[in-house]
Amino acid sequence: MSEPSPAHPATGEPVLEVRGLAYAYPDGRQALYGVDLALRPGERVALLGPNGAGKTTLVLHLNGILLAGAGSVRVAGLPVTQEHLAEVRRRVGIVFQDPDDQLFMPTVHDDVAFGPANLGLGGAALEERVHEALAAVGMLDVVDRPPHHLSFGQRRRVAVATVLAMRPDILVLDEPSSNLDPASRRELAEILRSLDITVLMVTHDLPYAAELCGRSVVLSGGVVVADGPTTQVLADEELLRAHRLELPQGFSLAPRQVWKHGD
Amino acid sequence: MGAPHGHLLHYHGHSVVHRTPAHLKIAALLAFVVVVVATPGTELWAFGAYLALLLGVVALSHVPPAYILPRMVVEVPFLVFALLLPFIATGERVDVGPFSLSEPGLLAAWTLVAKGTLGVLAALVLATTTEGRDLVAGLQRLRMPALMVQILSFMLRYLEVVGAEMHRMRIARESRGFHGRGLRAWPVLASSAGSLFIRSYERGERVHLAMLSRGYAGRLPLTQSQPADASQLARAAALPGAALLVLLTAYVW
Repeated sequence: MSEPSPAHPATGEPVLEVRGLAYAYPDGRQALYGVDLALRPGERVALLGPNGAGKTTLVLHLNGILLAGAGSVRVAGLPVTQEHLAEVRRRVGIVFQDPDDQLFMPTVHDDVAFGPANLGLGGAALEERVHEALAAVGMLDVVDRPPHHLSFGQRRRVAVATVLAMRPDILVLDEPSSNLDPASRRELAEILRSLDITVLMVTHDLPYAAELCGRSVVLSGGVVVADGPTTQVLADEELLRAHRLELPQGFSLAPRQVWKHGD
Repeated sequence: MGAPHGHLLHYHGHSVVHRTPAHLKIAALLAFVVVVVATPGTELWAFGAYLALLLGVVALSHVPPAYILPRMVVEVPFLVFALLLPFIATGERVDVGPFSLSEPGLLAAWTLVAKGTLGVLAALVLATTTEGRDLVAGLQRLRMPALMVQILSFMLRYLEVVGAEMHRMRIARESRGFHGRGLRAWPVLASSAGSLFIRSYERGERVHLAMLSRGYAGRLPLTQSQPADASQLARAAALPGAALLVLLTAYVW
């Protein structure tokens, strides 16, 4: 029986620290109104929230695709600014929701090699990264296939590998369980549990959050409205209702029943 | 789900032609076509020799002629134009049956057909024995500008994704009783095309974000390139070399 919380206790300096982050898009629409969030090494944290809560906007700040309008984002102590972009992008790996957006190279091998090659790796070192990343997600046998010949579940796993190949400190997943069949969903959970890495998982899939993440953060209307142990957050019916989050019908938070899913 | 995927042109095989590195094949094709184009239309036998050489390569590649022939239809518009030439061209006329044809027109038509057919056949040999991604890598090795290579590579990757999207949109239209016939269907088809364009554009932006996230700085890394050895070079040079010999013979005689 594996715990939903990380194997080792969340201690030490935060690997990711967001302070008072506010952002408005160029068209004037403000998405974030002062977000505070800190992740400690080895934590697996779920980022929950209704559509339009600003989750994606927040994620795009974590590796400097968007730069803070106000407030700050620090990754392993480094401020996310123009001059540190390359290092920040190595340390924060984002797996986007649609694997077809993430897998753009002609073969799985080339796609997994894309990130480390941009880091300046080549030759045997590059091959080692590709091998290691694909092995971590159990996809070594498709290394020479073009991505569009893979099933959706396989593509999602390869997408995770493309990011792992950069050996990031933090893995950020945008809706990792969306569009997966139940078996693929479970297999992905097993992979995520097997990784020794800090994970931030954006999701609407509350049972998945309960299964994988010891801590949950609820983002709504551009601010963090709850941050605590997942069991506590999901047990707060009033909170969930106020922010358009719902557990599936008949779902019980009794730990034994929840956590058994993943085994 | 989605449209059936597969290879448009590539015919899977492991022949000597398949195994020759893509960039050498591209260079060989280019050289061969230049030689063919440089041959005067009056040297009939030279074109026969070129055709024999090409058919030899086809035989070596083990690609069945029945696979190649139907794919030569791309040439049809040129053939139609070639057929018209003897009628519309000026110059001395000869009578063939009931028609009065232009002599320079006949020669031009013959030249167009012969050179066009040889060119299309040679290009098909390249396309059927080389996978799309190897072609792109080959062009990259031949120093094609990086931007063009990237555009080509993304086109190959997303052709099927966009095709599948188009297929789903068509099913969705037809599921609501739409028949794509007649003038009245045009506005619907036009707006479908428009939304497909916007979706593809948005996908392009998402792909770009994903690339930036993995450290993209304007250059695709060149992976998996092994240097060509002398025997491969010699094999690739065989076809254009033989064609050049034919051409030189034609000039000397």
